[in-house]
Amino acid sequence: MENNNVIYGINGPVVTVKNADSFEIMEMVYVGTQKLVGEIIGITDEFTTIQVYEETTGLKPGDPVEGTGAPMNVLLGPGILDNIFDGIERPLKAIEEQSGAFISRGAAVSSLDDTKLWNVTVKVKVGDRLSGGQVYATLPETPIIEHRLMVPPALSGEIVKVMPDGEYKLFDTVAVIRDDENVEHNLTLCQKWPIRTSRPVRDRLSSSVPLITGQRVIDTLFPIAKGGTAAIPGGFGTGKTMTQHQLAKWCDADIIIYVGCGERGNEMSQVLEEFSELIDPKSQRPMTDRTVLIANTSNMPVAAREASIYTGITLGEYYRDMGYHVAMMADSTSRWAEALREISGRLEEMPAEEGFPAYLPSRLAEFYERGGRAEVLSGGEGSVTLIGAVSPQGSDFSEPVTQNTKRFTRCFWALDKSLAYARHYPAINWMDSYSEYFNDLDPWFRENLGDDFIEYRNRISALLQEESSLMEIVKLIGSDVLPDDQKLVIETARVIRVGFLQQNAFHADDTYVPLEKQKLMMKTILHLHEKAKDIVIRNIPLSKIIKLGLFDKLSKMKYDIPNNKPEMFDDYIEEITTKLSTIS
Amino acid sequence: MIIDYVGVKEINGSLIVMDGVKGVSNEEIVDISLDNGTVRQGRMVQIEGEKIVIQVFEGTRRISLKNTRTRLTGHPMEMPLSPEIIGRVLDGAGRPIDGLGDIFPVKKANINGTPINPVSRIYPKNYINTGISTIDTLMTLIRGQKLPIFSGSGMKHNDLAVQIVRQAKISGADSTNFGVVFAAMGVQKDVAEYFKKSFEESGVLSRVVMLLNLSNDPIIERTLTPRCALTIAEYLAFELDMHILVIMTDMTSYAEALREFSSSKGEIPGRKGYPGYLYSDLASLYERAGMIKGHSGSVTQIPILTMPNDDITHPIPDLTGYITEGQIVLDRSLQGQGLYPPVSVLPSLSRLMKDGIGEGYTRGDHQALANQLFASYAKVIDARSLASVIGEEELSPTDKKYIEFGKLFESKFVNQGFSENRSIEQSLDLGWELLSTLPRAELDRVDDELLDRYYKG
Repeated sequence: MENNNVIYGINGPVVTVKNADSFEIMEMVYVGTQKLVGEIIGITDEFTTIQVYEETTGLKPGDPVEGTGAPMNVLLGPGILDNIFDGIERPLKAIEEQSGAFISRGAAVSSLDDTKLWNVTVKVKVGDRLSGGQVYATLPETPIIEHRLMVPPALSGEIVKVMPDGEYKLFDTVAVIRDDENVEHNLTLCQKWPIRTSRPVRDRLSSSVPLITGQRVIDTLFPIAKGGTAAIPGGFGTGKTMTQHQLAKWCDADIIIYVGCGERGNEMSQVLEEFSELIDPKSQRPMTDRTVLIANTSNMPVAAREASIYTGITLGEYYRDMGYHVAMMADSTSRWAEALREISGRLEEMPAEEGFPAYLPSRLAEFYERGGRAEVLSGGEGSVTLIGAVSPQGSDFSEPVTQNTKRFTRCFWALDKSLAYARHYPAINWMDSYSEYFNDLDPWFRENLGDDFIEYRNRISALLQEESSLMEIVKLIGSDVLPDDQKLVIETARVIRVGFLQQNAFHADDTYVPLEKQKLMMKTILHLHEKAKDIVIRNIPLSKIIKLGLFDKLSKMKYDIPNNKPEMFDDYIEEITTKLSTIS
Repeated sequence: MIIDYVGVKEINGSLIVMDGVKGVSNEEIVDISLDNGTVRQGRMVQIEGEKIVIQVFEGTRRISLKNTRTRLTGHPMEMPLSPEIIGRVLDGAGRPIDGLGDIFPVKKANINGTPINPVSRIYPKNYINTGISTIDTLMTLIRGQKLPIFSGSGMKHNDLAVQIVRQAKISGADSTNFGVVFAAMGVQKDVAEYFKKSFEESGVLSRVVMLLNLSNDPIIERTLTPRCALTIAEYLAFELDMHILVIMTDMTSYAEALREFSSSKGEIPGRKGYPGYLYSDLASLYERAGMIKGHSGSVTQIPILTMPNDDITHPIPDLTGYITEGQIVLDRSLQGQGLYPPVSVLPSLSRLMKDGIGEGYTRGDHQALANQLFASYAKVIDARSLASVIGEEELSPTDKKYIEFGKLFESKFVNQGFSENRSIEQSLDLGWELLSTLPRAELDRVDDELLDRYYKG
């Protein structure tokens, strides 16, 4: 068939074709002689508009545009883990082998390695009836993750042929299914899925289990549920990326999807290096065994940046459907929003706030709605937790991306410039941040850590609140004039801030702290506070207590007490009781 | 067959519109000959069928609807490259202006470059000793990093940049494989001369490539200058294995040129009238710093930008800060107190520092010391704001200590001579000496082992 669809106009990454009627909206197309990947984003009776995912330098009017007949999709199958892709699922390692250190255009590489042999165990037999999402075979993708091959969601029918267990390549058929219309479909090791459509689940479940991160300020004060959504807004230099890295390294999800969306190249190489050296404490295997990286750095094509978070979430949903708990970090969603704005500007759409397109909120909502905990089609339970960094322009949280993200996420970990300037990390401001999951998770905490965990947490939070209002006074008249009981609040809050909220990501023990230790730390601090309060009430000056050095000691207990020696807290509590009883 | 297209259809700012042009490719370079014999260059920025929009680098003055002949060159903007380029002076579009003739190209490269594959990058870890206490100790510059200087009009960013170039000791670099690429965008002639003179005095002039787009040069050419500079830098670093320091001043002028071009093209403006793609555009420059596997060379960038009205939330410093790996912020009040370099410590940052310092690079206590200095200095600021309300006399004894520490820190640590080159040990020891004026219990970022060793209070 002769292809009459040729380029008419070019404006940055946007290409138009005149008088074409065969394209579908959102269809994936190949543009030009180099076959650059693009997507149809607008159709009128005269012009078809395409956004091209690669640099358009050198394209000419008259160059061919070829349709693929399918929407922008990704290939799902074994080989996703321990891999690094660009925004449209092209493997960067394979591209490096093909074109060297600089990325050339139109690189034609398969998303997943189609030559590697996988050790497949077939789980069905002839005559079984399978519906969409059910598992027909499994294979070890990495030493710790079993990859479960599932019937594509829309398909169901009877298995008419199975292959023996053994080694197969990506596109080999391991079973054949006959659907209700008597059509036979080959089931291989992979399937395709359009990135802008969410994969179906049987039922959505409530968020009642926390995602444990080992970061004290998050786990105790602002916890997130498995399947929850969180936003980390912060100006540059406040540690968004560091916080994301810490979460990716330590949270108790089975699979980590890390999307570097319009971020720094050197940072991605750091992630690559650190994750491959880092040993997962649970499995004793490198982190990369359960990690997928999507790197679309800021200088890579802007349209692919827009696609990268959809690619990420689609991969996440795929692993969720296997019954895994997935956590996806997107760094940063502001870059994605800017990509939207940039393309919208090229299309000469009417801008809304700050030049962002009017559909920004609905796109954000669509994205965050794809997170969640669910009963998957195969019957088990899986979840996708979404943690998006937001880089507000000029550190101003009232800008549209932050404000709209706030509407669609239920955790808000606000990073604070002044904390970051004082090198208080994680610089999560305890007054501005919130978590709406706390009530949902309450039963879990009570069951697993006891009622006192919640009580301690509430008291810590109240002390911080009280300190904040006292600080208003201190700012005006200095701390000397405060009565001793208020000075004590300030002193205890200092211990909470320095000794508890502040956490050292580079310290072997402090980088990840189990919940049990977090609870004991709170208990010890509050014990000191209560005992000291009893003394202060008796009009004994606070300075006498401070001289004992207990406050300083507790500020450093995060380093002094190893994670595996919780019994040491008893000694601390006893020491506090004895030392304070000497004061009279 | 070479066709000359006669005349243009429309002239708008630096853009010309032509109709009936066939076979043109996106971003292609065209030669425009005027009746009076001069030739200008332009770049294809938009194509709609046979109607094309060309951006003329030298501006559209003297162009009428009839007096031009335009010829397509068939290729995008390319930069001729050869080892001889070292030591040359070029204009903003990469053409020699030192009277030494054309550069005989060994190869030509597209000035837009191509993105470095993140997989091929080496994570930068080797620090560059600049001999400046604040930078070395608190915001260490790393080989392959992009660390901008955020400054304001009238501040001493140029002196600081010159001092860095003069004192920079890059491990693995010596006089044979070290080079500087200097790109001036919209700066005054005096500034360019100052840099030239300083390079001469420090004996690196023969290893510098200068690209000069001065403030009276065509504005559109300014959008090419950093691209040409970085293309040269990449060539020297990744093909000739040199360590290249790229200094780009002033990025604000560059962004303004981009805004001018964007508005004449009729694009929808983003914040403060800058085009919506300013972030991507700046990223396409800054991200060209780094090191890649298989090559021993490196590209380190020090872009200088003047913050309009000293406002760090202005789009240019704001977007720059989101792309670069930290920033060195200069402060007008420090300069007002006669301190040099007026580095404002708290908002300054080097993101790559944590992996490039410590045992084996600088000294084991470096990270802890830096954290403590930041934390203590932050308290100085709190104490000062309190003092401004209740008076210094009323402060608690600890706060008074902080005020004292703040004065010492600024006058001894931040302040240093323009020609004073402090070794890393000197800077770190000085840091401990100053911290020793504070009570030991206040130093909560350092563990006892280090305190026993270094605290002398």
